[in-house]
Amino acid sequence: MLKYILKRLGVAFMVALTVSVITFSLIYVSGDPAVALAGEAASNDEIEHIRKSYGYDRPIPVQYMDWLGRALQGDLGRSHYLKEDISDVILTRLPNTLILAGCAIAFALILSIPLGVAAAIRPNSLIDRFALTLAVVGQALPSFWFALIMMFFLGIQMRWLPISRVETWQGFIMPSIALGYYVTPGVMRLTRAGMLEVLQSDYIRTAKAKGLRPMVVLFKHALRNAIIPVVSLAAVQFGFMLGGSIVIESIFAINGLGFLAWETIQRGDLPMMQAIVLVLSLFYIVITFLADMLNAFLDPRIRVT
Amino acid sequence: MSDLILEVRDLVVDIPVATGMLHPVQSISFDVTRGETLCIVGESGCGKSLTSLAVMDLLPGTARRTASVLKLDDEDLQSAGERRMTDIRGNKMAMIFQEPMTSLNPAYTIGNQLEEALKRHKQVSGAEARERAIYLLEKVGITAAASRLTQYPHQLSGGLRQRVMIAMALMCGPDLIIADEPTTALDVTIQAQILHLLADLQKEFNMGMILITHDLGVVARVADRVAVMYAGQIVETGTAKQVFENPTHPYTQGLLECIPIPGKTERGAPLGSIPGIVPSLVGDLPGCHFADRCPHVMEACRSGQIDLHPSFEDGHIFRCLLTPDQSAANLKKGAA
Repeated sequence: MLKYILKRLGVAFMVALTVSVITFSLIYVSGDPAVALAGEAASNDEIEHIRKSYGYDRPIPVQYMDWLGRALQGDLGRSHYLKEDISDVILTRLPNTLILAGCAIAFALILSIPLGVAAAIRPNSLIDRFALTLAVVGQALPSFWFALIMMFFLGIQMRWLPISRVETWQGFIMPSIALGYYVTPGVMRLTRAGMLEVLQSDYIRTAKAKGLRPMVVLFKHALRNAIIPVVSLAAVQFGFMLGGSIVIESIFAINGLGFLAWETIQRGDLPMMQAIVLVLSLFYIVITFLADMLNAFLDPRIRVT
Repeated sequence: MSDLILEVRDLVVDIPVATGMLHPVQSISFDVTRGETLCIVGESGCGKSLTSLAVMDLLPGTARRTASVLKLDDEDLQSAGERRMTDIRGNKMAMIFQEPMTSLNPAYTIGNQLEEALKRHKQVSGAEARERAIYLLEKVGITAAASRLTQYPHQLSGGLRQRVMIAMALMCGPDLIIADEPTTALDVTIQAQILHLLADLQKEFNMGMILITHDLGVVARVADRVAVMYAGQIVETGTAKQVFENPTHPYTQGLLECIPIPGKTERGAPLGSIPGIVPSLVGDLPGCHFADRCPHVMEACRSGQIDLHPSFEDGHIFRCLLTPDQSAANLKKGAA
């Protein structure tokens, strides 16, 4: 087990290092950063001045090590546009995104796993058909449209929920549903397929032959094995939600990381963009690592490989 | 008759399929008494596994079971609801399956899966369940039993897993144990060990045992009584001695001819085989099911229903129109 953890940690570290190199090089993908900063009307002297003062004249590996060293201490530099410390900006925006993504994935899992299990117990039954319909609709509906429909009915017509901002916890309800709903079809179909397969397996027959209660057979013996691929999928989706909530955050005017990313792209604020990509990637890496650990806990066979 | 553990009369299993109704088990009757091993023998698809699953009430989804009598320890299993059946399964009767590699849950330790069976049916503490698990693991010949409890199935070989399955079946001290081809998936050397183990444990714990197999060598070694099944019916049944010494049904005779006998079968001589294939069991099949493959088939075999007739001795019956004497003569001719 320890060997497995260390191995996964090693992989996570290597991925993080690779990501840091790629995000660092973002500065250079759009050409000379000094030219970009100085603006179109700048003279050569001004550009040289900027190049020197920002340290862009040093060799690139030195710049990378310098940038990485400061990033490791939590210093992600200053935003060209906001003239604020990037770390501070990200830290104020991050909680909203984390809460939103957390609620969304929780909503998705709470809805889709029981539905997937129920559909697998009785394939082709009414509940299976209902679940399938929900999946097809969920897959087909663009989340922004679904969000607008919800806003219209729940927010404007019924006045049950606030249509924007997250000053109160009610504000998170609609965005979480809109963001999470998109993930439910995949999770539900995967749960259903996994359960269908596992319920046919020999060890489920053994469990029944032992006279175990149906609930024990279903949840202790079947679900634990069927849920393993779902964990991996949910982890990827959760990472996707962190970065991909741009649309939902814009619609509901939530000051999160996604909204910040959208603003930043429009402003061409490269250091900020760099920091956002780095932070989101690191979250992705952490989530993937945690999912691997959870799967190793669920399936002892993973621990030896 | 307190010795009678399992009583089965006219057990029928029907499965609806796209082309009609499949009759894989057609009116099977047998008894199992305490301390007795009944071997059900037959080739693949003859309904022997479904018979055992029907007794356990573990038939696959669409299959339907009926019987005129189906009693375990004098309790009617047909009127027992699913809830009562879960109390009986694993407790009064337990089953060992054919595939030890996949019959244990990969996600739980051996100890967890063993103890769970006992805790489900008896009021025992965790320590008592653990003790019983260790005791039985030692009984089935697993060394370092205590340390095995924390191991997972994937850490054990097929032979060891089947031993674990046997220990699991014994956890609650069942009256009846059903072993469905328990050695088929194992190496030949392991097969003999597992078989001896089962036979020894059955005697030691004085259980009734149904051993399902297609291996006549297995039958000869452990069976007290034998039921030969063909195409959903029992075609011959009797004590092991009766069936092996005086096989009266042409199918049984054919089966026995397929086995080489050391010292008797000549080197290079062709082994016996039964030509033809098993008939389809969809819809009604009139006459003798074996008619198409039988070397002694007569016109009368093709219609009506062939019943079980007594053979030479008490308790030895077979499903054929031939008299026992005719059959015995056929057997001699074949051997000559």
